[in-house]
Amino acid sequence: MIGITSYGAYIPCYRIKVEEIARVWGDNPEHIKKGLLICEKSVPDLDEDAATIAVEAARNAIRRRDIDPKEIGAVYIGSESHPYAVKPTATIVAEAIGATPDLTAADFEFACKAGTAAIQACMGEVTMGMIKYGMAIGADVSQGAPGDALEYTAAAGGAAYIIGKKNLIAEIEDTFSFTTDTPDFWRREGESYPMHGGRFTGEPAYFKHIMSATKSLMKKVGTKPGDYDYVVFHQPNGKFPLRMAKMLGFVEEQIKPGLVVSKLGNTYSGSSLIGLAAVLDQAKPGSRILMTSFGSGAGSDAFSMTVTDGIEETRGKAPTIAELLKSPKYIDYALYAKHKGKIVV
Amino acid sequence: MAVARLWRHIPARYNLIGTECQICGGLYFPPRTTCPTCRRDGKIIERKFKGTGEVVTYTIIYSASSTFRRQTPYVLAIIRLDEGPQLTGQIVCNPDETKIGMKVRPIFRKLGEDGSSGIIYYGTKFTPLREASK
Ligand SMILES: [Zn+2]
Repeated sequence: MIGITSYGAYIPCYRIKVEEIARVWGDNPEHIKKGLLICEKSVPDLDEDAATIAVEAARNAIRRRDIDPKEIGAVYIGSESHPYAVKPTATIVAEAIGATPDLTAADFEFACKAGTAAIQACMGEVTMGMIKYGMAIGADVSQGAPGDALEYTAAAGGAAYIIGKKNLIAEIEDTFSFTTDTPDFWRREGESYPMHGGRFTGEPAYFKHIMSATKSLMKKVGTKPGDYDYVVFHQPNGKFPLRMAKMLGFVEEQIKPGLVVSKLGNTYSGSSLIGLAAVLDQAKPGSRILMTSFGSGAGSDAFSMTVTDGIEETRGKAPTIAELLKSPKYIDYALYAKHKGKIVV
Repeated sequence: MAVARLWRHIPARYNLIGTECQICGGLYFPPRTTCPTCRRDGKIIERKFKGTGEVVTYTIIYSASSTFRRQTPYVLAIIRLDEGPQLTGQIVCNPDETKIGMKVRPIFRKLGEDGSSGIIYYGTKFTPLREASK
């Protein structure tokens, strides 16, 4: 049996509302809120980046289960906003959680699904007996160019998962990935902001990949949508995951508990992993969860999980997603621009 | 800052690793290689501090060097760790809410960077201890 031994998340305390961004660009806020199903998004503090967010999430994961960091044999960090072009974020995180020096570490990149790819790598190493625990993290401080549609959604946050065979809170029954070369979204080396293919990001990218990975996983495990209590998809906005769920035959009750994007924004590599954390915060032993990530470029990793009795021991040991989203500090566009270093455009 | 010196400070900055004298029980942060009380008879070992403590005194910085200018105004405080030693650190909060005696907890943040092409320094700052964040 292999699965999740612990998890932890982190969300910066600052938020900016859709109304405030729309005010600056002369957009109609109601139109955007209805179109994206997003009200506000998180903004990192001036001294926060993907590394500091990953460290806070990792420390929350360790705190939740009192894991001895020296037993973590691998730290993998998925992000598209690694602070350095060359110099791993993973070494900073491994040092900051006290897991160094007897472990392996690396940074993963695959747009918004790098964190779930890291989970799969940890699963392989744990299954093979190479390591006792592996830590996989998805963390981002996403950037949208000023005035671009992405500016309404690009947010900051992350989640860390400790994968192991012992002390499980959820068993991972299986995983399935679907990957193609699809240029829906990209950022060239040295460029500050990503480019995207506009409407092209929907059908041939997000929907096709999540649908294929999810269907194939259910076929492999022998399950159908009705067998799951919860379903989590990558959340670039509020609309896509709801439509995806409907297309696959899931109902709103299954997807709503893990849909946190409206008050958070799109945390990229953190997105589906924070959604899964929100589900684990409330799931009961025996609950079945299906999660499918999506990364532009493009690919999806789907996971089928069943929550174990161990989940009850972890309650209250680390902040829940609801707690992390509680009492945000709202900022205006001027302060937001300062936070994001957007004065240089 | 020289990269070698930065590297030597990583354990202290990331995880508040200081030292303890096994002879007299003295606790030191930043770490000391010799015990000022026991001198040559002291026996120094590593000691990790939890990072929770309280504000002894503080000042609000309104003008700073170019590296920190973007962050002004910010709060710089002397913090007494629960274990005893005192250290200087930045408190991430609204300057108005800072008070002497306020309880704080550690957070991991960027401390600075050598321009846009140099090394980034990470380490411990502090934030008010609130119920929800425990
Ligand atoms: Zn001594």
